[in-house]
Amino acid sequence: MNHGPLIFLGVFFALALSWFGLVFESQLQLGNAQPTTNLVNAAQLYPQMRPGQARQGLDVYRSLGCAACHSQQIGQTGRTYDVALTDAGTNRSAVVDTLLKVKPDATAIEAQRLLEKPPATILKDVTRAAADAAVAKFEPTGAKVEVRVIPTGPDIARGWGKRRSVAEDFLFDQPAMLGSQRVGPDLADVGSRLPDANLHSLHLYDPQIVVSKSVMPPYRFLFEKRKIGREPSPDALKLAGKFAPEQGCEIVPTDEARQLVAYLLSLRADTAIFETPMTVARANVSTNAPAATNAPAAQTTNSVAK
Amino acid sequence: MIATSSSWHTVSPGPRSGSVAPPAEIDASCRVAVMVLLACAAAWLVVASGFGLIASLKFHAPNLLADSPWFTYGRVQPAQVNALIYGFAAQAGLGIALWMIARLGRTLLVQPGYIVVGALLWNVGVKLGVFGILIGDTTGYEWLEMPGYASPILFAAYAIIGIPALLTFHHRREPTLYVSQWFLLAALFWFPWIYSTANLLLVFFPVRGVLQAVVDWWYVNNLNQIWLGFIGLAAIFYFLPKLTARPLYSNYLAILAFSTLALFGGWGGIHSGAPVPAWMPSLSTVFTVLTAIPLIAITINLNRTFTGAIAKLKESLPLKFVVFGAVAYLLAGALAIVSTFPQFSQITHFTLFTPARTQLFLYGFFAMTMFGAIYHVVPLLIQNEWPSARLVRAHFALAMLGLAFYVGSLSVGGILQGLALNDPQVPFAGALNRPLVCFRVGTLGDLLMTAGNVCLALNLAWLLARCCRACCVPAIMAAVKPQMAEAAR
Repeated sequence: MNHGPLIFLGVFFALALSWFGLVFESQLQLGNAQPTTNLVNAAQLYPQMRPGQARQGLDVYRSLGCAACHSQQIGQTGRTYDVALTDAGTNRSAVVDTLLKVKPDATAIEAQRLLEKPPATILKDVTRAAADAAVAKFEPTGAKVEVRVIPTGPDIARGWGKRRSVAEDFLFDQPAMLGSQRVGPDLADVGSRLPDANLHSLHLYDPQIVVSKSVMPPYRFLFEKRKIGREPSPDALKLAGKFAPEQGCEIVPTDEARQLVAYLLSLRADTAIFETPMTVARANVSTNAPAATNAPAAQTTNSVAK
Repeated sequence: MIATSSSWHTVSPGPRSGSVAPPAEIDASCRVAVMVLLACAAAWLVVASGFGLIASLKFHAPNLLADSPWFTYGRVQPAQVNALIYGFAAQAGLGIALWMIARLGRTLLVQPGYIVVGALLWNVGVKLGVFGILIGDTTGYEWLEMPGYASPILFAAYAIIGIPALLTFHHRREPTLYVSQWFLLAALFWFPWIYSTANLLLVFFPVRGVLQAVVDWWYVNNLNQIWLGFIGLAAIFYFLPKLTARPLYSNYLAILAFSTLALFGGWGGIHSGAPVPAWMPSLSTVFTVLTAIPLIAITINLNRTFTGAIAKLKESLPLKFVVFGAVAYLLAGALAIVSTFPQFSQITHFTLFTPARTQLFLYGFFAMTMFGAIYHVVPLLIQNEWPSARLVRAHFALAMLGLAFYVGSLSVGGILQGLALNDPQVPFAGALNRPLVCFRVGTLGDLLMTAGNVCLALNLAWLLARCCRACCVPAIMAAVKPQMAEAAR
């Protein structure tokens, strides 16, 4: 009796299981992913294709191997909730009363002041249950109150991003360079964290101009040193001290440097989408919308305004 | 002559045990093909060490070679990894695998000429790929950085080497299969599958967005666990009993380890914080934890095989390497299981703890096992002892020390770095600068390992030169002498 082919097939299928599980199945789920709705500006889809120069910059980023030191994935370890008053309505005295109930340590004057400039944060850093309870108390007063979702975690506390990175953030990138090291800081949201193009140019030319003990290598080969012509170039880097070139010369970014900076500025993972809502609307509280929508919406409808 | 079908692990495409080839003849049939692979592997090992040193030194002096785009960190580091994986590990693994397949099947190596051609083509592919990385044509996917003009060459070269390997297996004269053959056969089949999947889905017909990262993680994990892991384990299961002259403790435990590794090994590699649907990292974690089963089976099996043979460690240098490799495999496996838990990976994932773990697996397990195999096999192939036993001992000492320095300092430094990164009060620059001293000790480890690798390359070059002199010089003299005599007359 010859078991050979059977055993061979068995081993092959055992190995191929991981292929089915991780390669094939994930392709079924995400292979045709489309841009999703931007929750703040519902007319716009997310993500948008990066502008042309930034797309060229992605190639510079790939070619120089920037991902060897920089990750592009914000981690999130938990979430907390804020309650904000968006519209005080007309029944102001009732709102103030409720406010004092919800926030026992506040004085009446403080409560009055909160009403004046909506939106105002009423409760900070509370649990979902506490937030929902507060919203329920405001319900009869006619004031509009919303629950804001605040992502938490070391990366977010560090200011690297506002929410966790999700699959959508990388939809149009080719290659998608998530990185696996943080020798340098995470860059998932660097475009909104550091929106100054000049700063990025200086930092690329010599990182120690910006961070004195940086271990990032300088990328001087992305810049061109040339004699100043009739008048200095408006693009020339403003360098001082030991970083300045000799008299009569100026440092100008090459196309590659411009593209790379454009790419860095295009890295913005801050849009609120379905997976990472920024606000919670309380379902089934006297709204006349049908309560039974799809499953996640029963808990968090991801609409922005109530 | 089919084994009476009693043992289920007997596969039988009609082996003819009547005509078992003697070991010396098998070695002679392997000589040229395996030596070409091993010599090229040793050369790539030195090249990779050089790249590794440059990359490591950049932590001390960011300005080093900074004005040359070829040697920027983001290019040198992948060049090192690719030279090590495709230049050294793949060729050393294939060379040793071919020899084991021939020896275990008690048959001559089939078509060694094709294998030599395949090996040369493979080297052309690796050279082109590493050159492509240095000039900036990298694909941007970890461990698959070689550009699209190099990978098809590698694939073709692999086929030219792999088909004779399978034919050799098919023509085996020994009816009973040993567990090493299982491992080797699975590895030989699995590499083209993962390599073509990864190249097609990432380089030639790229999938969308974050799926690229998923395919890449899957590829890297399979390359480690199934391809390198299986070849290394095949060598350990072959050489440990052979060099201690004791039978393997349990064939069934070995088969259990093999089948559970085949089932669970390929799923790891997706870390818990990844921006992908949550089921992927969860599956990955579950299956990585399940690899504890094969790990325990291997530990028991090797331990029982080895107990009582400690004295043999003093006699046999190759055995030292192989035992070191086995211990490193178990350690790396245990660390992989620990690191898959979200609580732990939250601290260590983005830090230098990860390269420490990779190095323990790649160098501590795979390379050390291969070194042991090379030190045992090459003298058989060339029928000549190593010119310097001292260099072999130096290699072992340097590699062990270097690895201890490297892995020890980088894991401690990595954990410190991770704790700092997880504390938002610590500014980012501080998170790297505080454990910087650890990373600098790591460079010392790099330096020691490089010195060890040079010992191997020198010894091999010396051996080859001596053989060359012994067999080529008389031949040339014989050809030249009559003419010289004529000229003198």
